Amino acid sequence: MWNVPRSDPEELWRPTAGPAGLAARAATLKRLRDFFAARQVLEVETPLLSPGAVPDESIEPVGCAGWYLSTSPETAMKRLLAAGSGPIYQIAKAFRAGEAGQRHNPEFTMLEWYRPGWSWRELMTESAQLLQAVLGAMPVQEWTFAAAMRRFAGVDPFSDPEEALIRALPFPPPERLDRLGLLDLLLTERVEPAFQEAGGLVFLTRFPAERAAMAEIDPTPPATALRFELYVRGMELINGYQELTDGHEQATRLHQANRKRATLNLPSLPVDAHFLAALRSGLPRTAGAALGVDRLVMLALGTDRIADVLAFPTDRA
Amino acid sequence: MSDMLNHNQLRQGVRVEIDDAPWIIVDAQFVKPGKGQAFTKIKIKNLIDGRVIERTFKSSESVIKADVMDKDMQFLYHDAGFWNFMDPASYEQSVLDEKQVGDSHFWLKEQETYMVTLWKNRAIAVMPPSFVILTITKCDPGIKGDTVSGATKPATLETGAEVKVPLFINEGEKIRVDTRTGQYVERAKE
Repeated sequence: MWNVPRSDPEELWRPTAGPAGLAARAATLKRLRDFFAARQVLEVETPLLSPGAVPDESIEPVGCAGWYLSTSPETAMKRLLAAGSGPIYQIAKAFRAGEAGQRHNPEFTMLEWYRPGWSWRELMTESAQLLQAVLGAMPVQEWTFAAAMRRFAGVDPFSDPEEALIRALPFPPPERLDRLGLLDLLLTERVEPAFQEAGGLVFLTRFPAERAAMAEIDPTPPATALRFELYVRGMELINGYQELTDGHEQATRLHQANRKRATLNLPSLPVDAHFLAALRSGLPRTAGAALGVDRLVMLALGTDRIADVLAFPTDRA
Repeated sequence: MSDMLNHNQLRQGVRVEIDDAPWIIVDAQFVKPGKGQAFTKIKIKNLIDGRVIERTFKSSESVIKADVMDKDMQFLYHDAGFWNFMDPASYEQSVLDEKQVGDSHFWLKEQETYMVTLWKNRAIAVMPPSFVILTITKCDPGIKGDTVSGATKPATLETGAEVKVPLFINEGEKIRVDTRTGQYVERAKE
């Protein structure tokens, strides 16, 4: 009972995905490409390897020969937008050190797309259409972050004291966890399970401004990010923004992220100078989103383990 | 200096020390909202009293690896609520009390070898093998030839355990028992 059987090392060469998992991946990739081809969105490729990274307090890049493997194609694709590419999409590998679990693999496939001239609300509509093109028709609902926290965790995320947030958790949180961390845990422990029960497509919108990442912020108090996450069966699948176009503000946020990393004893990361130069030159107003392709394949296959849709997860790469 | 485990090393089956007690991880989950912090959520079972609780750690935190090892030890004797074991290599002895031995006492036979779990070199638990062969010390006489009716009768084993055996089994015979379910498996061949 206490001895968990270990996998036979002689058997670790085998793929973790079965034939159905591999077929679901191929079919999903084709549907995604058909979807964007029909809408005249151009498929592009950008470098996986770059001397610059995107500083973020909770995303660790994988270093490679003094450079970095891409954690997301976002900055390179924005350089294309600034150069006047028009609507573009990319299906690319992304790498994030340490993110391994039932729904995470440190190397994963990301679909990222941009709609110049669109608002984030318009992109929400297209995101729902994209998922329905792959998974079939489903009901759609939307919750703001504040409303979902009130309804499913019984707290006001913007005004309740930290003690109230701690009380709303099903177990004691780690020591010295800050307010945003408590909200992260309430999201995964209270809100996401409710979304899973609700079924269909669920949009979560208007996150706290501190979780804006590269999204525009609506300063109307309480300040919120013009950002959405789209959940299917409680699993977060698409993250979309009204993209921040102000180069000065963007540079400030990246430097803040490096300062935050320093307080966590994480190394400072070099900011992609070409990206900041592209923003200074002028990024058109645009909405953009990223979709976790492996998770979409998981839903198409009907599994809740990412290993079922990966030929070789990182632990047997 | 204790060994520390980072959040990637918190996996099912790993033994950790939390709140001055040894635990085994029975479930580990990596959770991370898209733009938020990463956490590892573990469900752990106390190696001493069997309690199961949940804990959550930030990805920057580390956890002490429990100084726990499993050792094959010989069961010597039972006396006044204490079970005495010996390491056959070093002749060092360890003692387990009634609570620590738990249900395993049904399967402990003197001179046989069992897996004893040590925490900081102190015995905290003992595990019998999945299958043991024990002699029946008491049961009703066997009914010859009844190998098909499926009917059973109670039998007492040399360790004091009671199991249900088929009617054809006799006192003094050796049988094979599944210690996980406490059920008779087959008549043991000598």
